[in-house]
Amino acid sequence: MEEQFAIEMLNITKVFPGIIANDNITLQLKKGEIHALLGENGAGKSTLMSVLFGLYQPEQGIIKKDGVEVKINNPNDANDLGIGMVHQHFKLVECFTVLDNIILGVEPNKYGFLQKSEARKKVLELSEKYGLHVDPDAYIEDITVGMQQRTEILKMLYRDNEILIFDEPTAVLTPQEIDELMQIMKNLAAEGKSILFISHKLNEIKAVADRCTVLRKGKYIGTVNTKDATIEELSAMMVGRNVNFHVEKTPAKPGDVVLEVEGLTVASKIHKNNAVKNVSFKVRAGEIVCIAGIDGNGQTELVYGITGLEPVKSGTVKLNGVDITKASIRKRSVSGMSHIPEDRHKHGLVLDYSLEDNLILQTYFKRDFTNAAGFLRRNNIREYANRLIEMYDIRSGQGPVTKARSMSGGNQQKAIVAREIDKNPDLLVAVQPTRGLDVGAIEYIHKQLINHRDQGHACLLVSLELDEVMDVPDRILVMYEGEIVGELDPKKTTQEELGLYMAGAKRDEVAE
Amino acid sequence: MKYVRAFFKNNGVQSLLSSILCVIIGVLLGYVALLIINAEGAWEAITHVMMNFFTWPEDGPFRLRYFAQTVVYTVPLLMCSLSILFSYKVGLFNIGASGQYMAGAGIAIYAAIAWQMPWYVCLLLAVAAGAVIGAISGALKAYCNVNEVISGIMLNWIILYSVNMLLSSDITKSPTAETYHILHKNPDAMLPTLGLEELVGGYQYFTIAVPIAILVAIAVSIILSKTKFGYELKATGNNKNAAKYCGMREKRNIIVTLCISGALAGLGAALFYLTDIKQWEVNASSVNAMGFNGIAAAFLGCLDPIGAIIASFFIQHITFGGGYIDLSVYSSQISSLISSIIIYLCGFVLFFKYCVNHLIDRSEERKKKREEAALAAEENEVGGDVK
Repeated sequence: MEEQFAIEMLNITKVFPGIIANDNITLQLKKGEIHALLGENGAGKSTLMSVLFGLYQPEQGIIKKDGVEVKINNPNDANDLGIGMVHQHFKLVECFTVLDNIILGVEPNKYGFLQKSEARKKVLELSEKYGLHVDPDAYIEDITVGMQQRTEILKMLYRDNEILIFDEPTAVLTPQEIDELMQIMKNLAAEGKSILFISHKLNEIKAVADRCTVLRKGKYIGTVNTKDATIEELSAMMVGRNVNFHVEKTPAKPGDVVLEVEGLTVASKIHKNNAVKNVSFKVRAGEIVCIAGIDGNGQTELVYGITGLEPVKSGTVKLNGVDITKASIRKRSVSGMSHIPEDRHKHGLVLDYSLEDNLILQTYFKRDFTNAAGFLRRNNIREYANRLIEMYDIRSGQGPVTKARSMSGGNQQKAIVAREIDKNPDLLVAVQPTRGLDVGAIEYIHKQLINHRDQGHACLLVSLELDEVMDVPDRILVMYEGEIVGELDPKKTTQEELGLYMAGAKRDEVAE
Repeated sequence: MKYVRAFFKNNGVQSLLSSILCVIIGVLLGYVALLIINAEGAWEAITHVMMNFFTWPEDGPFRLRYFAQTVVYTVPLLMCSLSILFSYKVGLFNIGASGQYMAGAGIAIYAAIAWQMPWYVCLLLAVAAGAVIGAISGALKAYCNVNEVISGIMLNWIILYSVNMLLSSDITKSPTAETYHILHKNPDAMLPTLGLEELVGGYQYFTIAVPIAILVAIAVSIILSKTKFGYELKATGNNKNAAKYCGMREKRNIIVTLCISGALAGLGAALFYLTDIKQWEVNASSVNAMGFNGIAAAFLGCLDPIGAIIASFFIQHITFGGGYIDLSVYSSQISSLISSIIIYLCGFVLFFKYCVNHLIDRSEERKKKREEAALAAEENEVGGDVK
């Protein structure tokens, strides 16, 4: 008997000016299976999904649903065909309840008046059936990220979607929440839903997916049964070469205290409480200290307090023994602090500036780049930019004059890393420096951080990626709800133990 | 062919093209309006609008003199458009340019007549007045997060009536509703001509204001593109978070920007009223339009100081051109209507730029498809041979 496919994307080719985003890609999703779509950033996963949702029209190729060719011209068509997606960044209204969010757009009504009771019944039934345990009357802003994700899942189920797409769903979850999500996905598949699971985390794919399709640089590499393939094989398929998963480094040789944070309290921008509560720690020269934790537990605000982007409520920050709690950002920068920001588009770059203008963003006022009369020294700037571009292998279309906006994410990040490390700072604050980057770029940036450490400088790393937290730093501080709840040695701890601290299930009383 | 494409992909060329497109469509719409009102005289009217001083015969003195008049009126418009574009580069919309302009005018005239100051003092006072008004908007924005558009509009009205009050005193107001001619009260306050008027057929209002305005435009262009200050301002305008992140003083930059912006508008007013070509109407009950037309001129000039020179001249050109419309055929408001339509369309430059870009991309895509089809056909042929 011929196999039943819920959705088939056959020989899809999508071309953008100058780049073939999808080159003859075939993806066949069986009924009731969990199918992983694996690929690095820029491999064409998002384009393929946009084609499936009718956001792009492919130059070639067809889409079949249940063996019948269909035409998807816009997301509404996709919705009508029962295709639903949980986005990486949830699309929820924060000040609405779970139920309101679920029915948003398909509100049951009579003569224009809402009929919520039916909706509530259906939501509760679905929640029960798939073990989602969501309170329909809770407000989104009050529930955990895991719960928010389940709300997104319920949204798809409420719309009777048969084909569920999860776009990197585990990025924001704790290890425990990830396990629960895996279970939910298995339940859904068992009930006959077909799941497409987009990820670049190999162990998750191995754990949950039945089959896996691999893309690399827009090309279709192959589809394998996950139980027949090893993680190494999958990774080689994804990257095209063997990747060194483990970060090579010598033991740290901690020296003098470079950063000393004492009793730091920072107010939250969103809520009326404190995002960082009475936090104290030290970072010494020659070591990398990592602040681990689930997104939104005060790490961002802690960094804002240290780097001066937001004023602190109380406590002190000392750099090389000098109190900089109230110093301006510029003062901190010139006294030896560099900051690789969390959001490279919001803070890290002026996207409409050229690469060279971005590379001098922290140093443009120095005599090398500005003469006494206030004119920019363009020749020096160009020379400097070319040096950094070569040293840090920053690739771009037109070299120093390329608009930052037109560069790939990885190279944008490399530019920021180059700029910040080339200042040769005593303290490098790196916040999620590898977010959204492919394996090759991650490897590179980790090397740079360790290099910086080995030259006797201090590094404060803030990361959400468990692998990064385990591999790169010399010490781990776990943050939970604005407090540091534990200090761990990455060589001695396990991901499970780390997860317990991150979820607030475990804490050390004396954390310094 | 490749060069042609690269040529059209160039940002500057695209800006120029879209500006020209705006003008053409504006003129066409103006023509349509004239056709609707009275089809018979429409062609003559629209050609008069476009010709302005060219309507006069070549050999007479009038063509040159009316050209000079257009230039003299271009000066304040250019200064206002520089004021707008300067703040716009920093992401601020200085709609208060009109107010800063009026403040400059008020102080310049008052200092000239009441205080009997020489012209350069009047000029500096006007610059200072504009700068102070701009700084007020800037400080409100930086420290109280008051939108500069709101504070600008309100200040416009406050200044209008303040200046009316100031100039209504018996020292400055003549028996008509206008201020005295500066020439009659204090010739020292008149801007010197340095013999420039000889170039334009002895038109006495053609003063050093013209070269000053052009020099200021060039200076603004240099500040924006070549200096550290310009680098900071544009960074703040493009991404104020990044500017803050790298330690630029965002609040100071906002205030300084609006301050300079105001100074430019104030200077524009002095460069106009100190020629004595026009007197202040103390009963004016509407905000001076110069600052608003400056917005159109700034955009038509593609937010480039040098472009602003050409755009301001063009807008002044058609405004005066409107005066040549035959008023026995059309009502007297028609000239304002036509020039307004054209100026209004000038605001669409960015939209047209988008359209131009879109067209280029489309044609490139089609070309690529044709090439691919040709390639595929070739391959088929080759395949056929093998068979």
